[in-house]
Amino acid sequence: MQEITLYQNYWWLLIAVLGAALVFMLFVQGGQSMLMCTRNATFRQMMVNSIGRKWELTFTTLVVFGGAFFASFPLFYSTSFGGAYWLWMLILLSFVLQAVSYEYRRKRGNLYGTATYDGFLMFNGVVGCVLLGVAVGMMFFGGSFEVVKTNLLNPGAPVISQWAPSRGLEAIICWKSLLLGVAVFFLARMQAAIYFLNNISGGDDFNAFARRQALWNGLVFVVLFVAWLVVLFTATGKRVIDGMVMDEPFLYLHNYLNMWGWGLALLGGVLAVLWGLYTAAFKGCRHSIWFTGAGTVLVVVSLFAVAGYDSTCYLPSITHPQSSLTLANSSSSLYTLKTMSVVSLFLPVVILYIIYVWRKMNAGGITPVDVAPEKHQY
Amino acid sequence: MNDLVSVVDWSRAQFALTAMYHWLFVPLTIGLALIVAVMESIYVRTGEQRWKGITKFWMTLFGINFAIGVATGIILEFEFGTNWSNYSWFVGDIFGAPLAIEGIFAFFMEATFVAVMFFGWNKFSRRAHLVCTWMVALGVSLSALWILVANAWMQNPVGMQFDPSQMRNVMDDFCAVAFNAVSMNKFFHAVASGWCLAGTFVVGVSCWLLWRRSNVDAARSSLKVGAWVGLVGIVLTIWTGDGSAVAVAKVQPMKLAAMEGLYDGKVGQELVGFGILNNDKKPGDDQQAIYAEIAIPYGLSILANHDMNSFVPGINNLVYGYELTADGDTVRTESYAEKIERGRQAREALAAYDVASAAGDTAAMTSASTAIAENFPYFGYGYLDRPEDAVPPVAITFYAFRIMVMIGGYLLLLFLLYIFVGGWRTAWLERPWLHWVGIISIPLVWICSQAGWVVAEVGRQPWVIQDLMPTNAAISDVTSVSVQITFWVFAVLFTCLLAAEISIMLRFLGRASKTDITA
Repeated sequence: MQEITLYQNYWWLLIAVLGAALVFMLFVQGGQSMLMCTRNATFRQMMVNSIGRKWELTFTTLVVFGGAFFASFPLFYSTSFGGAYWLWMLILLSFVLQAVSYEYRRKRGNLYGTATYDGFLMFNGVVGCVLLGVAVGMMFFGGSFEVVKTNLLNPGAPVISQWAPSRGLEAIICWKSLLLGVAVFFLARMQAAIYFLNNISGGDDFNAFARRQALWNGLVFVVLFVAWLVVLFTATGKRVIDGMVMDEPFLYLHNYLNMWGWGLALLGGVLAVLWGLYTAAFKGCRHSIWFTGAGTVLVVVSLFAVAGYDSTCYLPSITHPQSSLTLANSSSSLYTLKTMSVVSLFLPVVILYIIYVWRKMNAGGITPVDVAPEKHQY
Repeated sequence: MNDLVSVVDWSRAQFALTAMYHWLFVPLTIGLALIVAVMESIYVRTGEQRWKGITKFWMTLFGINFAIGVATGIILEFEFGTNWSNYSWFVGDIFGAPLAIEGIFAFFMEATFVAVMFFGWNKFSRRAHLVCTWMVALGVSLSALWILVANAWMQNPVGMQFDPSQMRNVMDDFCAVAFNAVSMNKFFHAVASGWCLAGTFVVGVSCWLLWRRSNVDAARSSLKVGAWVGLVGIVLTIWTGDGSAVAVAKVQPMKLAAMEGLYDGKVGQELVGFGILNNDKKPGDDQQAIYAEIAIPYGLSILANHDMNSFVPGINNLVYGYELTADGDTVRTESYAEKIERGRQAREALAAYDVASAAGDTAAMTSASTAIAENFPYFGYGYLDRPEDAVPPVAITFYAFRIMVMIGGYLLLLFLLYIFVGGWRTAWLERPWLHWVGIISIPLVWICSQAGWVVAEVGRQPWVIQDLMPTNAAISDVTSVSVQITFWVFAVLFTCLLAAEISIMLRFLGRASKTDITA
């Protein structure tokens, strides 16, 4: 294996881990979308303060995910973000609204009332999850774009990545990608309910509410995700063979079978999620979030792996197949990948201090006392 | 072509809008994080409960501002992709790295420890909580470091080379990208200006409390901390501003000329202290450039080169080229017309390289590579139609520079005044005029801060990457209508959120003035 291929694969793995962490952390968005599911003000307040203390981690993971993509695979950044303009702008808009809503929702003088900010949280909870799922779906089912680097030589029309006139709207209405988006949404809601069991000491009534939410959202998620997996395994993808992009039926199924380690990761991840769902919904286990969380990470990392490894086109072009993006044709230079790899060695330190701090912060869980009016709260 | 121009203009407007809104909040975050950390340090050191109350008071204001700073920041990062996709490919190999490092090192630090700052009072020991607060202060400064490194690199593209086979630039020296003179000056200048801004904010709010005769003791204590942080901030800002001027003179002489409204430079060039620009003045004509000019002899030569007898080129000199004999040396610069020609030659050579590469003609590739290397420093000029297109908007740059410098000078005096009064003339703290000076200074410092960025960003137009890529070559394949819609959405949204932030702050201060914040 060439040295640059090694680094491209390493960075794709890091992107996959960051993407997986982001999907897991979407439980914040899932929780936001559940705020309207209860009329109990104390429940709602405990839920907001539970996920509110994590919103910035999700937000930061999204930003780092984007930054890492920019640094390691700039042609993806250039093509997808510039092309699927409306898809990404809607995602960004929803996250802008989220960022202020926690801090402002209960503050006096917030001008628009608590309900407006809760509406913003709901918007981010639904749109953020669904559209991020759609964006990931685009990595399998493609977009309508063309990359012509020589356009740079034409001052009248210099843009190298040209997208279909719908500029990302077509991805939102692609049912295959939308199916994944809706599945991600219900996954986020299920994770949120299970996280509440772990993080909120709200008494039996609250636990019953959380278990009920975990069960129903979990069931919908499982049905949607299985359906999407069937679509994925039967899909025709694109792979580079002898320098040419070729269609390959059952590509992702082949990839899972050929790279069986990732197949095991998918299987293990699915089982872990199901176990976590079962123990949360039927046993009321407080620690189920570790199973569903780890399972989610395993599944998402494996999906990224089969999307990008083994010369697979991770952003297939439907209209101009030879413009499809692969790890090889879209990455940064060897020097940059190496430099960034040194930086990535600090990631474990970052992860360790995040875990340490949050173990201390979560000790005891959120109680009704913690959301008393005299406390600093969201 | 018309749509291209429109897309470029609207994309620029959108980026300017989001950047300016972002910079309304970020310097306050940077400075208040430091001030809160200092106040909490005093609390931990002295054990006085009133300092805990004071710390929490300013921390609440920090929190209100922090969220909207984060919200406006995410747009900026992704706009490089959504609106400047060609740029993202052309230099993504270099520019992406600082953004990724920023996320890994700074944003996670902020995100983790800011929650501890607010919710960890009873979960961590006093000292551990203090460490977390300092980590927030460090995190926000580190955030600024990497994005400013990225910004500085756009103004001074170093540490890279052009790869014709990929039609993009690739990094070959990370340290040169991260730690050159331009980036370091820019970083310290921006961060110190944040301390200065937050210092003014704290002084102003403290003055307001004093004027209301509320929480007098806490207000006096806060005022002292704010004034000292502000003084350190403004001194560092002035010092690094001088460094920035020297750097600009070297790498962006056109920006310096625009800042001064200087068309025809000379040895021993004076600095315009005050003047009114002739808006009809164009490069190459013989109209007077500035009316009612009050100048400081040799000032610009000293500012730009630290040498009173040095030559500072003006806009005409740069556009049309110049020759100079000084101390027996002949200096000649190429005119922009010549640079445009060389930029076009670079582009033609790149096209020839592409054809040769496709044909597998190694000799032709080598020949084309040589031609590209010779002309690449002027690559971006090849996108310009005429030399005058490389002149930035002079009036905006000229006036913004003066606004920044004048208010900066005022702030230096302001902090000295409040330090003097707070330390040696405490009785003056009861005088209403002193309160109002502090209160009125709050909007002034924001005007100063924004003016600084206007100088930096408007003055470098039309370049996205100095000399290598103008704005019209950096854009995405989006329609003008699409960008107009998102522009107005963000304009309305950010304005509404700004109004909410100000309203929340005012309501919070109103309530605080009726309670004991140290309790």
